[in-house]
Amino acid sequence: MSHATTAEHDDHHGDHPTGLARWLFTTNHKEIGTLYLVFSLVMFLVGGAMALVIRAELFAPGLQLVNPEFFNQMTTMHALVMIFGAVMPAFVGLANWMVPLMVGAPDMALPRMNNWSFWILPFAFTLLLMTLFLPSGAPASGWTLYPPLSLQGGNSLAFVIFAIHLMGISSIMGAINIIATILNMRAPGMTLLRMPMFVWAWLITAFLLIAVMPVLAGAVTMLLTDRFFGTSFFNAAGGGDPVLYQHIFWFFGHPEVYIMILPAFGIVSEIIPTFSRKPLFGYTAMVYATASIAFLSFIVWAHHMFTVGMPLGAMLFFMYATMVIAVPTGVKVFNWVATMWRGSMSFETPMLFALGFVVLFTIGGFSGLMLAIVPADFQYHDSYFVVAHFHYVLVTGAIYSIMAGVYYWLPKWTGHMYNETLGKVHFWWSTIWVNVLFFPQHYLGLAGMPRRIPDYAVQFSEFNAISSIGGFMFGIGQLLFAYIVWQCARGGKKATAQVWEGAHGLEWTVPSPAPLHTFDTPPVVDDQIAVHKDKLT
Amino acid sequence: MKRTNELIVALAVMAVIVVITWGLFAVGDNMPRGVTAYSNDVYELHNIILGIVTVIGVLVFTAMFTSIVLHRKSKGYEAAKFTHSTKAEIAWTAIPVLILVGMAVPATSVLIDMESTGDAEMNIKVTGYQWLWKYDYLEEDVSLYSALDRDSNRARQISSGIDPESVDNYLLNVDKPLVVPVDTKIRFLLTSEDVIHSWWVPELGWKRDAIPGTVNEAWTRIDEEGIYRGQCAELCGKDHGFMPIVVEAVSKEEYAIWLSEQRQEIAATAHDAAREWTREELMDHGANVYQAQCAACHQADGSGLEPAFPALAQNGSPTGSVDDHLSVVLNGREGTPMSGFRERLQPQDIAAALTYTRNAWSDSEGEIVQPSSIIELDQG
Repeated sequence: MSHATTAEHDDHHGDHPTGLARWLFTTNHKEIGTLYLVFSLVMFLVGGAMALVIRAELFAPGLQLVNPEFFNQMTTMHALVMIFGAVMPAFVGLANWMVPLMVGAPDMALPRMNNWSFWILPFAFTLLLMTLFLPSGAPASGWTLYPPLSLQGGNSLAFVIFAIHLMGISSIMGAINIIATILNMRAPGMTLLRMPMFVWAWLITAFLLIAVMPVLAGAVTMLLTDRFFGTSFFNAAGGGDPVLYQHIFWFFGHPEVYIMILPAFGIVSEIIPTFSRKPLFGYTAMVYATASIAFLSFIVWAHHMFTVGMPLGAMLFFMYATMVIAVPTGVKVFNWVATMWRGSMSFETPMLFALGFVVLFTIGGFSGLMLAIVPADFQYHDSYFVVAHFHYVLVTGAIYSIMAGVYYWLPKWTGHMYNETLGKVHFWWSTIWVNVLFFPQHYLGLAGMPRRIPDYAVQFSEFNAISSIGGFMFGIGQLLFAYIVWQCARGGKKATAQVWEGAHGLEWTVPSPAPLHTFDTPPVVDDQIAVHKDKLT
Repeated sequence: MKRTNELIVALAVMAVIVVITWGLFAVGDNMPRGVTAYSNDVYELHNIILGIVTVIGVLVFTAMFTSIVLHRKSKGYEAAKFTHSTKAEIAWTAIPVLILVGMAVPATSVLIDMESTGDAEMNIKVTGYQWLWKYDYLEEDVSLYSALDRDSNRARQISSGIDPESVDNYLLNVDKPLVVPVDTKIRFLLTSEDVIHSWWVPELGWKRDAIPGTVNEAWTRIDEEGIYRGQCAELCGKDHGFMPIVVEAVSKEEYAIWLSEQRQEIAATAHDAAREWTREELMDHGANVYQAQCAACHQADGSGLEPAFPALAQNGSPTGSVDDHLSVVLNGREGTPMSGFRERLQPQDIAAALTYTRNAWSDSEGEIVQPSSIIELDQG
């Protein structure tokens, strides 16, 4: 192993600007990764504040705080900010930091483009968030922007569409960079089937991004011309079809869902083996399962729109195809449990979040399978049952995995151990309240409460009040997370290169904190260092 | 020894998980069984699937937590070395496939039944508007509009000071319910005049989108007399939460009586449209129409909600000429939420609403509009 070479790195990289210029002009994958992660944390808090406006209004029946129009702006903006501002940039940030370290590359393949991918985002979100201050207010038609409703809104629609274009450009460039890095810059001996699961998950995710972000761009551009230039793609009176938009949107939207969960699978597949002190069970099956889920994501989009009125055959097809996804997803869950089985487990914060992920994501997966059953979906659709479902897979799925990943790699990034006691408090606090927040929403949906309503019939009062209390407590807990990260960046117990006793892989062979430049001379990956050597023999 | 240990702990863990799961089922609501054969099928399908995923969940979490309890470093447990097992992996790919097939069979048969809209004994066209429903009884020449009732509407205004608990069926009550006979196969044809809505009454077991430019089909046959309530389920703008649905299922005899009452009312309305109205009559009726149809956007005092919903009066005087005003009310304004009311309202409603808006907030007496002039305009 050659990590000793990483210490003598400075000469040819020359001087490094300081202050603001350092961050504006950086082409370093670690610094860009940090930018992405900090940006994502800020957006997480902004989107969370919007969620709290929603939960505050829904605390009791009657309208107390906001008018319905503003309520709709909050639900719309909360989703857009969380999906495009919090979850996706967090995963890209983790990829930036970790993919080169995991495959033994000195940096991302296209460093200047990497800088640009990130710096587009603040502009995109300025465009998006400034709509809150426009006379017509922010978009209020839901994050899906279904016409004709979205076409009724004011000029804010144009701002949102251009923001989405920018986010799309950023994501596509980020994805190209990740693919180029993984396919071209792996260290000698790092064969594809020796790659860590996080790298595999991101490789597949990057292809999904390249495939579907242009589809979203096309859909919203048609909205733009319908709204401002008199076309009739989605206007029935002009020969268009509002349902066409939904088909195009969800052709993007379903792979998008997996863009937000496949990297999560990758992170959890790194953490569980480390803290079980046992290699990942069924590595090859995990790779194929990830690829199968990605493939299936392209042929199930219409399950988001069973109630629009489709031919029987189409509904049956989309139901069966959706149910099939349960098979590879089940393989993943079973393999994680099998990894833990007869391991030697310890329960540091990253492991707690990973275990929380496995349990709570699985619950979200179960409600997802229920939603696939078309006749039952005719009841569940657009009710709070759906809201509960996608928050289980996104908050206790995607966000939990991101937090697990942050705790797991934070010592590598900062060189310090975070405060373990506070980390555990953060986990238990979040896990209790996130269930108080989202579990009662299943009941509300089954009892007949539609989603996206600012006020409700009195029989829904109790569970809404409970859910709102959970929401505020969960929200407060995330300030603790921000504090723990800040505290760890400032100082703390020195971390070793290995950090975790059971950790394997190239990222743990470089010192903590990882120096700005690593693997200038590529390491040689042999069976000794490869995590997943077992399946090769 | 190791295996016995694991078995004992697994049983204990499973007991705990079962108790927690039972608790979660006990405290919450389940889907209603509903009042049709088909809602009952959906309810049972839902319960079967919920049961299957619950059993799978209990098994998976039992394995996981047994491991968490036993296989700990802090107890000095040494990690095993195995990394895969072809047998296990084949088993947990193949068994789920079989379970899914088991789920798909009943789901398919219920779906085929749900989609069989043929042989209907009557047809009702449902049209969604922002933010009310129109029901046309296609064989009967009877139609009605159904909007949020007045009490709920008053209480739901921001900081209204009215306790929602004091309102009967808060947000789930309408001015005029959809009246239907029991034991009759009813086919619904759903469409919309503006944005996408979705017609959902949980007791009937389904929802279906009402989409402009498209006619969707669904059906029901209600077994029990009663009042069944639901709501719009697709986000349709600011008052999406305020367009409830009420279905009143009555005996066939009562339904026949109700129909004849409706016909009499229609005849009376037609007679009303033809006669001359006094200013007071127009203002009184106009106040009601304005409250029901206009106030949600243009506000009770005509001040509007800029920029989306313009003011109808400035400093007490109406904005724009009568002719322009009438043309917008009849035809709507393209590219805005203002839709035309020509089809939705009777001539006397439009005349009264216009008279009201041109006089209610003004100090001087403004123009009045007669129903007859609107009939002429329509014919001319």
